[in-house]
Amino acid sequence: MNRLLIRGGRVIDPINDRDGLFDIYVIGEKIAAVKPVKGFEGSRGQGVKGGKLEPSNPGTLEPFIEDDWTVIDAAGLLVCPGFIDMHTHLREPGYEYKETIKTGTMAAAAGGFTSIACMANTEPVNDNASVTRYILKKAQEEGIVNVCSVGAVSKGLKGETLAEIGELREAGCVAISDDGRPVMNSGLMRLAMEYAKQFNILVISHCEDTGLSSEGAMNEGFVATKLGLKGIPSASEAIMVARDIFLAELTGARLHIAHVSTKGAVELIRVAKKRGVNVTAEITPHHFTLTDEAVIGYNTNAKMNPPLRTGQDIEALKQGLKDGTIDVIATDHAPQDSVSKDIEFDRAANGIVGLETALPLCLKIVAENVISLSELVKRLSSNPARLLGLDSKGSLKVGDDADIAIFDIDREWAVDSKKLKSKSKNTPFDTWKMKGKVVKTIVGGKVVWSEPTVSA
Amino acid sequence: MRLKRKDILSIEELSKDEIELILSTAESFKEVSERDIKKVPTLRGRTIINLFYEASTRTRTSFEIAAKRMSADAINISTSSSSVVKGETLKDTAKNLEAMNPDCIVLRHPSSGAPEILAKYVKCSVINAGDGSHEHPSQALLDMLTVKERFGKIEGLNITIVGDIAHSRVARSNIYGFTKLGAKVTVVGPPTMMPSGIENIGCSVSNRIEDAISNADVIMMLRIQLERHEVPLFPTIREYSRLFGLDSKKLETAKKDVVILHPGPINRGVEISPEIADGPYSLILDQVKNGVAVRMALFYLLLGGSRE
Repeated sequence: MNRLLIRGGRVIDPINDRDGLFDIYVIGEKIAAVKPVKGFEGSRGQGVKGGKLEPSNPGTLEPFIEDDWTVIDAAGLLVCPGFIDMHTHLREPGYEYKETIKTGTMAAAAGGFTSIACMANTEPVNDNASVTRYILKKAQEEGIVNVCSVGAVSKGLKGETLAEIGELREAGCVAISDDGRPVMNSGLMRLAMEYAKQFNILVISHCEDTGLSSEGAMNEGFVATKLGLKGIPSASEAIMVARDIFLAELTGARLHIAHVSTKGAVELIRVAKKRGVNVTAEITPHHFTLTDEAVIGYNTNAKMNPPLRTGQDIEALKQGLKDGTIDVIATDHAPQDSVSKDIEFDRAANGIVGLETALPLCLKIVAENVISLSELVKRLSSNPARLLGLDSKGSLKVGDDADIAIFDIDREWAVDSKKLKSKSKNTPFDTWKMKGKVVKTIVGGKVVWSEPTVSA
Repeated sequence: MRLKRKDILSIEELSKDEIELILSTAESFKEVSERDIKKVPTLRGRTIINLFYEASTRTRTSFEIAAKRMSADAINISTSSSSVVKGETLKDTAKNLEAMNPDCIVLRHPSSGAPEILAKYVKCSVINAGDGSHEHPSQALLDMLTVKERFGKIEGLNITIVGDIAHSRVARSNIYGFTKLGAKVTVVGPPTMMPSGIENIGCSVSNRIEDAISNADVIMMLRIQLERHEVPLFPTIREYSRLFGLDSKKLETAKKDVVILHPGPINRGVEISPEIADGPYSLILDQVKNGVAVRMALFYLLLGGSRE
């Protein structure tokens, strides 16, 4: 059986209240033991002084370690439960020229993600159990990391009648969403929430009033005016967030707001949570990193839905992360082939790839003291695990799945879109200097990603 | 003198000096069109492609005549935007045209930013002949030339632009151009046609045409572009015409020497009444005449060659 020792790293495992130097022992696919590094016993904050890590103690190796243990020296590195992306587009079946389950999960592994939830807007749409089974089977065969399936809310994402939510659940869907398209009919959304409640399945809502956003290509505002592009007002998001909050209150369903981009939406969610509504929310790294000014020059890699907003919105998103209004950071990884992007801005497809750039962008806001590392790990791992019902993930206690991300918080690197593992290269962060890199990703006790050692 | 740039994509990117150079060059080219033999050999052997993805009579003809009066070889390609959807991408078109080694491509396109994309892919010059709701630099230049001719200056003038500012590339280019040359620009229209933050470009905004007429030296009426509206932005043409159309009654409060511009084509009786369009204040045909001179100047300043 596979035996793996991750030695001497700083383990951040918020669910189990750990932040200190620990050795993690993995046997088979599970965590077998977590032991403090000698000299750093104690449950919290041990071995971390003034934010700097003490070198790992060379006397760590336990006597029972024998030759058949693979040892990863994690001295100076951070070790945490593998990231879980609630919001990924894997494009298979149907759009294999943009991404496949294989390439998408390779990108995930390179970004430290050990589980990803893929949205239903494939071709055919994942609105029935056979498509779900196909995706999960393909993921089993070719996937590098765990793949969870998100089923559709409505048949064909048309927003007209309910998809077979019960069967989707049975086939393994962890949530339902018409992501990419909002459910415009409030009556249908109510039905979906009521119906979903009996299965306790999460309803993920892409909030957009298409009456307000129609034909819009970017955030409505001065930049759009200058560029002569039709804008999408932030009200188009906030209005639907408000609607869905009231529907969640009415039905008691578990509502999760996808890719929140506006200040107004953050405020609505904050108030709803205070009122006890069963609502959670996610934001993406690009929405808290870039403003609509990234579009200047008609950069189609800055085109996504919801669009990049303003500095004020970014501040509100960060505040939401800080005070817990925002539960999850998700990538909305949306691969697009060059033919869909290398064209006129108003004709170009929405979306950017995000799995491989998420961590350093998140670490930037940790460096800005928006949230702590431990709070970041909650947003990237334990919170999404809880929302998707992945009980043995997002945590590193004995018996949990050995899904682990190991990263170097100080490693500097430059994004080279050509080198992304994703099949598509549509990133607005090409050539960006980043700080923080995933060096090893472990799924079910197996190393699925190792950062090539730098020679420089 | 040459312009130290490859392309003319917007007025926003031009400096005051560049605009003034273009206008003075255009003034000197006007005389060519008055000759019996309306041709100078300046751009002999140069190839100019007019690539029009949108219907256009005035602008395309004007660019073509300008090219021919400079002795350049002008080729016109008109493609309806529906075939763009099915056909090759702008990038592929650009590369194909590039392979034929033109000196300049004049592009009219329904998508904002298309000329900027094209310019990235080709080594030759690109002139924006109108892109989506973004800019229409040669139109603004000919408007400025027309105003400058009439008043002898632009600085200090009050320019009022009336109509669908949100969808108007002519408005954007003119706001940039006239403010750069020291005029004060006011845009007028219903709030549904006023784009967010337009005042940050440097103009004032009004919803009442009456208020913006009395101190105006120049009133520019924009065409109502119903084809660009997904849903009507005003209740009826009749109501729009009553509130924002220019007729002799509204003009009563105007200055004695006010001039009226319109980029054309005119919707007679909608944004402008026939007696105004044809009346003494109208400089509409001067605009058209100056269009040729401005475009000759643009070709000259981009493609160079020594003038005799």
